[in-house]
Amino acid sequence: MDATIKNSLQKTACEVRKGVIEGTFNAKSGHPGGSLSISDTLTYLYFSKMNVDPKNPDMDDRDRLVLSKGHTAPALYSVLAERGFFSKEELKSLRHIGALLQGHPCIHIPGVDMSSGSLGQGISAACGMALAGKLDSKPYKVYAILGDGEIEEGQVWEAAMFAAHYGLDNLVAIVDNNGLQIDGPITEVCSPEPITDKFAAFGWHVITMDAHDFDDIERAFNEAETISGKPVAIIQKSVKGKGVSFMENQVSWHGTAPNKEQYDAAMAELDAQLKELEG
Amino acid sequence: MADVIKKATRESYGEALKEYAEQYENLVVLDADLAAATKTGIFKKAYPDRFFDCGIAEANMMGVAAGLAACGKIPFASTFAMFAAGRAYEIVRNSIGYPHLNVKIGATHAGISVGEDGATHQCNEDIALMRTIPGMTIINPCDDVEAKAAVKAAIDFNGPVYMRFGRLAVPVINDAETYKFELGKGVVMKEGSDVTIVATGLLVNEALEASKILEAEGISARVVNIHTIKPLDKELICKCAKETGVIVTAEEHSIIGGLGSAVADAVTECCPVPVVKIGVNDEYGYSGPATELLKKFGLCSENIAVKVKEAVKLK
Repeated sequence: MDATIKNSLQKTACEVRKGVIEGTFNAKSGHPGGSLSISDTLTYLYFSKMNVDPKNPDMDDRDRLVLSKGHTAPALYSVLAERGFFSKEELKSLRHIGALLQGHPCIHIPGVDMSSGSLGQGISAACGMALAGKLDSKPYKVYAILGDGEIEEGQVWEAAMFAAHYGLDNLVAIVDNNGLQIDGPITEVCSPEPITDKFAAFGWHVITMDAHDFDDIERAFNEAETISGKPVAIIQKSVKGKGVSFMENQVSWHGTAPNKEQYDAAMAELDAQLKELEG
Repeated sequence: MADVIKKATRESYGEALKEYAEQYENLVVLDADLAAATKTGIFKKAYPDRFFDCGIAEANMMGVAAGLAACGKIPFASTFAMFAAGRAYEIVRNSIGYPHLNVKIGATHAGISVGEDGATHQCNEDIALMRTIPGMTIINPCDDVEAKAAVKAAIDFNGPVYMRFGRLAVPVINDAETYKFELGKGVVMKEGSDVTIVATGLLVNEALEASKILEAEGISARVVNIHTIKPLDKELICKCAKETGVIVTAEEHSIIGGLGSAVADAVTECCPVPVVKIGVNDEYGYSGPATELLKKFGLCSENIAVKVKEAVKLK
């Protein structure tokens, strides 16, 4: 990846993370851990990959993204705000009464392609969107982001079967493999491993990716585009809480909002990272 | 009297999908390995490239339908009522209802008249479940003519619709030439002044038959067909409450949460009169021939007549 572009994406991802902290802090609730683990991927998709237009969020031929792990809406909202779908000020009223930004993604929010949050459902909707694209010979791609805990839901595998059966090669499912779910490590709660083998066995082309390395992210999504006849699953190795040292790999940050002190510390860290990137 | 033509509304559903496919090119059909039973097979045969079997995976089917609708398609997602409303309830609520997507759910084999398959497949709860979803339209047609018209109305309506069809062949009581379907509007099938029988689905014909029995005994029963259970034609229901002073509801569904409950809800607010509910009591069904089961569960003209006679005494 071009160094300038990479630097720009890294800075944007830092801003996206700041938005996650801003949102969850002001909401006094929400899910920062899994939001931070998908921040780089979302930044890459919305700033480097997807054909979207903030001025025309319902554009017919746009690429679609379904955040199947809907509880990490703060990251989606933050990236959409960065991209200009709505004001960054909205992040401050996340989860408030009367606010635009609901606790989980809602289709009526500009840039949000599907309501989601009840785990296991978004991937099915993404399949439907991909199928519609195939029927109409549309050029768009559909991305679905799932949690590694989420794939314990049976519906995910119904969808996996469907996508392979209908050869939905315009569908890319990203599994955010940060290894942690609410009750603990995924391998201890009710292990969905081996994740790559499962998707491969269901007839998907499987790619593994480092979720925090833009070179590797680009490589993975470029490879996904070369695949025809089958859907693609990108299993991204990620760090829950990535970017905020005291949140990293801590299951307790799955669904806890930072208090004022933690907010200040997180923002200071992210600002320092931003400063370093700005050189 | 001319021979009564009988036809199952699931058959009408399959035929209507095929009939309207040419006019509505965005119409697509999904099924969950029951195309032969739900009769979407009729559509599949004519339009194989617009039919998608999801396999025995109803949860995913509803989600796929949501995604198709989000991209401008008019998907008809079909399976038995038990699986459409029961198994996939939460997907219907969160992936179809909450985003208010233009998905049409074609639920067949509703009610006790599934027959021999027994309790696991006799869904008497679907109307109750679907009524709780904000913005969901629920249609329960009474015969072939109404079922076909309902499919057309569902296509023309933008929003989620739950359509309920039966397995059992039932008399065709409407005239295809003159019938006009109006979503959300009840139909007065027969005038009467002593009592109103509000019926839906296959109980409409039974209610009409009951009114004949009652007429012979000097009771003038009005018969109202409520094909759209949600949104309910409250205006008509309240008018009937005021004019006849007592209501008897009849449905092939649990007495909890179905048409009877909806009617009682409306009546208590606008004109409190006695409402007697005929339906499946708080119990499971069991195996047996459909027509015999309907009688066993009191979903027949004879029982309606008995209940009406009791009801008029409450006035």
